[in-house]
Amino acid sequence: MSAEVADRLVGFVAALRAHGLRVGTGETVDAAEAAAALGFADRGLLREGLAATLLHSTDQRRVFDTVFDLYFPHGVGAPQGEPGDRDDLRDRLAAALAAGDETMLARLAIEAVDGLGGYGSSPGADGWSSYQTLERLRPQTLLARVRDDIRARGGDVGFTDRLLEDEIRRRIEAFRARVAGEARRRVAERRGRDEIARRAVAPTADRVDFLYAGKDRLAELRRTVQPLARKLATRMAARRRRASRGTIDLRRTLRGSLSTGGVPMRPVLRRRRPARPELVLLCDVSGSVSGFSDFTMLLVQALHDQFSKVRVFAFVNRIDEVTGLLEHGAADPEGLGARIRAEANLTGYHGSSDYGVALGEFGQRYGAAVGPRTTVFVLGDARTNMSDPNLAALRQIAEQARHVHWLNPEPRSLWGTGDSAAPEYAQSVAMHECRNAHQLGALVGRLLPV
Amino acid sequence: MFTSVDDVSARLAESGYLASPAVATTVFLADRLGKPLLVEGPAGVGKTELAKAVAEVAGARLVRLQCYEGVDESRALYEWNHAKQLLRISAGRDETWDETRTDIFSEEFLLPRPLLTAIRGDEPTVLLIDETDKADVEVEGLLLEVLSDFQVTVPELGTITATRRPFVVLTSNASRELSEALRRRCLFLHIDFPEEELERRIVRLKVPGIEAALAESVVRVIGALRAMDLRKAPSVAETIDWARTLLALGATTLDANVVRESLGVILKHQDDILKAGAKLDLDAV
Repeated sequence: MSAEVADRLVGFVAALRAHGLRVGTGETVDAAEAAAALGFADRGLLREGLAATLLHSTDQRRVFDTVFDLYFPHGVGAPQGEPGDRDDLRDRLAAALAAGDETMLARLAIEAVDGLGGYGSSPGADGWSSYQTLERLRPQTLLARVRDDIRARGGDVGFTDRLLEDEIRRRIEAFRARVAGEARRRVAERRGRDEIARRAVAPTADRVDFLYAGKDRLAELRRTVQPLARKLATRMAARRRRASRGTIDLRRTLRGSLSTGGVPMRPVLRRRRPARPELVLLCDVSGSVSGFSDFTMLLVQALHDQFSKVRVFAFVNRIDEVTGLLEHGAADPEGLGARIRAEANLTGYHGSSDYGVALGEFGQRYGAAVGPRTTVFVLGDARTNMSDPNLAALRQIAEQARHVHWLNPEPRSLWGTGDSAAPEYAQSVAMHECRNAHQLGALVGRLLPV
Repeated sequence: MFTSVDDVSARLAESGYLASPAVATTVFLADRLGKPLLVEGPAGVGKTELAKAVAEVAGARLVRLQCYEGVDESRALYEWNHAKQLLRISAGRDETWDETRTDIFSEEFLLPRPLLTAIRGDEPTVLLIDETDKADVEVEGLLLEVLSDFQVTVPELGTITATRRPFVVLTSNASRELSEALRRRCLFLHIDFPEEELERRIVRLKVPGIEAALAESVVRVIGALRAMDLRKAPSVAETIDWARTLLALGATTLDANVVRESLGVILKHQDDILKAGAKLDLDAV
């Protein structure tokens, strides 16, 4: 293997590592062997071969694909020939979409970025923008035209006709992704691959920041809940199993030793009563942190079986119990947040969150929900909109409960800035930074009582 | 075993397994690099079938270890045939204890289980470790030794090393996270739902007699259902079942009635059926 190829591969692996994929040296050597066995002629084969040797799980694939496109691009430089104008591109795009011609779509994405995506003229301030390309090309407006085109050709009648629009929409979506990939590649050529690989690659779903996750990333995040919950559940079950054996009951061992003349021949192990802990969740569901609390509630819902009793309370500036809305199995995660906001009484005379009032009201109305076996989780960013944080109310809850943990989706460095009362609250209860599914999984696994 | 990736696809296709490029590439590499292959993916996309197909085209014996909760060393590796040992002890009356002891721990009384069988064989072998995620963590530890060195230690007999490395396929539905150590020993392959074109070919291969137009409609409806975010998205196995059902019903084209009546073949949850009915515009499901 030539030194240049080896360098490329090592750079590629380093970029993957920078995105949180754990790739060892052994895997890199395997990848090199795979590349040698497959050759570099077929890019698709190379991609699959490297994925097989370097990846360990499915959710890493998305990062892998983006980084791969940067390090092993399907072309270099600009396409041959004059870029066509906008209308010509749209015509050809419509035809390719109607035919579902993948090769043509790939070529059109390259042409589109080349013809429509360039901006700036001075070196250093120029580049390629997928946003600008798509704004000018507007592939989504081709939907009706493509549909009519397919129908006119008589290609689609009968039942499957009703699927047509959705299918075209998916094809357009795929084309948009191609354009984004192509723009990234062109920029990478200009600015240096390593920098772009570091900045412009979307992270794996479990490392997406709750507060900044877009709608589609949230949906993806939601799909990580099930496996995450299952993982945590098995871990907790194992912990419980381990905890239930191994301690010696001295009294009964000595008593048993009477028959052997005081020699404790058979140690008697202590039996544990299976006490399932209780869980109380206080969730801020105001707009600014809704992604986070939705997600956490889903996780808790999935972990339902592990607890004897789970009660969930949602608040913005008034608090209400929403346990019923989280019925296990029945609840549809899709509209959960919206349903909670619609059906529970969460706001008083204004719509912004007020932790002080909400905590106080919790103490008054639901104080009995918290007992010595209860673990309380408070979920929110502790931004009180300048109102009284009501520390006494939180302290009161902390005294009644067995544990109180506060999960804050803001980075630690922001705690205490502006209207954040995080440092004050953190004095009475343990506060943890919890910004993505990865952190949340680790935290919940660590904090949940056995 | 294989000369190239194309060779893999062609030969698998002959045995009735249509492989995507990703599958073919990974199988080729697993063979070439001599590493076990860890296959993950939704149920019913052909993970187990892949192992069977590889065994068939390679002319190899398929040894299968079906994992379940509680599977242990004696089920996976080997155990001693106690009954036979007892018989041997009571049969030989005039020899010394030492003679008996060395005798009853010999090859004759060993019951090899799948892992040992796969390692000891001289003929080409495909070892399928099915649903690895169902087994306990301890078994994973056992697999680590077997899969990295292809050897097994039986205290009474010594270390048995594979003379011929088996082609190993592990499958998992990800119901439990497999350990990082095990993953590192393997090539990783995620089999997802196939591309539309591949799935059409699979349907036509597995359901001979189905018309091309109907096969295409079937695959398109399945594609639409998969995009719906259901509790259990239909898999390739369901596509084939559905195609067979439609053939049996004598349907030549899809219409709302036929789809409504046979939706239960593809979807396994009542709320999925309702949701799909609403989205596909099947009136009054």
